[in-house]
Amino acid sequence: MSNEAEDVLRIRTPIGVDYAWSAGRRSSAYLNGLLEGRLIGKRCPSCTRVYFPPRNGNCPMCGVLLVDDDVEVGPNGTVTTFCVVNVPFLGQKITPPYVAATILLDGADIGMQHLLQEVDAADVRMGMRVEPVWAPREDWGPTMENITHFRPSGEPDVDFTDYAGQL
Amino acid sequence: MRDVAVVASAHSAVSATTDTPIELLIPVINEALANAGLERREVDFWCHGSCDYLVGQPFSFVSAVDALGAWPPIVESHVEMDGAWALYEAWIKIQTGEADTALVFGNGKSSVADMFRVMALQLDPYVEAPLGTDQIALAGLQARMALDAGVITERDMAEVAARSRRDALANPVALVSGEVSVDDLLAADKVRDPLRAHDIPAMGDGVTAVVIAAGDRARSLASRPAWIRAIDHRIDAQRIGGRDLIGVPSAVAAAERCGVGGDRIDVAEIHAPFTHEELLVGRALGIDAATTRINPSGGALVSNVLMAAGLARIARAAETVLDGTADRVIGHATQGPCLQQNLVCVMEGA
Repeated sequence: MSNEAEDVLRIRTPIGVDYAWSAGRRSSAYLNGLLEGRLIGKRCPSCTRVYFPPRNGNCPMCGVLLVDDDVEVGPNGTVTTFCVVNVPFLGQKITPPYVAATILLDGADIGMQHLLQEVDAADVRMGMRVEPVWAPREDWGPTMENITHFRPSGEPDVDFTDYAGQL
Repeated sequence: MRDVAVVASAHSAVSATTDTPIELLIPVINEALANAGLERREVDFWCHGSCDYLVGQPFSFVSAVDALGAWPPIVESHVEMDGAWALYEAWIKIQTGEADTALVFGNGKSSVADMFRVMALQLDPYVEAPLGTDQIALAGLQARMALDAGVITERDMAEVAARSRRDALANPVALVSGEVSVDDLLAADKVRDPLRAHDIPAMGDGVTAVVIAAGDRARSLASRPAWIRAIDHRIDAQRIGGRDLIGVPSAVAAAERCGVGGDRIDVAEIHAPFTHEELLVGRALGIDAATTRINPSGGALVSNVLMAAGLARIARAAETVLDGTADRVIGHATQGPCLQQNLVCVMEGA
């Protein structure tokens, strides 16, 4: 055959779908709180744990909806566990070494992950007390990025037994 | 085979909500459990049907486990299908003897995107999906073929819509309802020839939850359980052009395997989001509209909660047994473009 067709080995079929995702009533209270610089959690009516953030609006342990009433938590908290990031990776925004910490905000029953800075990584420890550092107010949105990082608050360390139940 | 029955169910549906899928699930699951008189801890197996594509979130079904209270650990599973297929899995789980009770649920939030467009993404990705079609256009092609073949008429389709909307008056979670004349419906303009607005489903956000149980456990939970006498699902070729769109062979096969033709059918709940689909499935299942009450709930046409509407058909059929108004019923569910996959569940009161 003079006009022999070549096999098609690759095609492009771009597909796009737009979704309107909603956070739900309880998570919206958390996100709207961030707009005002407030940290809003929600309480489980069954086990009384306070979730921050109140993701999906329910207590995954009990399978019940969280109560509507806001529970303000923080702003200070306790480092319950942490990780020193030493490895560089593509897209990294902060020069290693730096510390990613799980922080149990005062009044909350579940830790949240955030950056820990203004401290030497070697000095970070479980039980360390920390405080949030907020971005300039004009930059705030409904996002946890309003808090750029946490730093040591200078308060005395918390004893392990005081947060062992929230690890 | 163990005797397994539907003992309770619950439903929700609204046109659109900003509640999260979890916030929607919990009240309906609680209602189904309360209707069965079953405690959460007494549920041996949980099985969920949903579709990440519809939610727009990968692994969204994992977070649904949060709605179940998974501590201490529970036994659960998920199908990327309508909840009717989750019910099939739960039925098998009970057959293995590993469970005596199961809570099955299907949920969807149709309001988060153009679901007719999203549903078309399940087409073959090389040849059909790039055409940029949607579910309504595909349904229109199928309806056109059936009309041109003389198998159905536009009046038949309008009669399905009028009957469904009338029946929907008694269904608290129906999204459209009312008395309408067939002539008025036929006087409306076509949305996608040959489909008019009444041929296209009302899309909803919601949940259906169903409790099934084996033998004496079922008898203790319901005074008149809806015993699953046969359940089967079959699938046709994926390509729209590669199968019999009018005869729906997979529905015929599933009905044969279930022995549907063996005895009178009092009620058939047919999962047919589009009016012509009810007519085609009815033909495929061998349903005689003169002796069988079709879609007394109003069907998926009046409340199409994606990934729940098929399970809802089984539940609605079962409810007519549970309340004593029917003895032998069919719940049917479909998935895939143009009735590609079909599940048939035959239930009896005795």
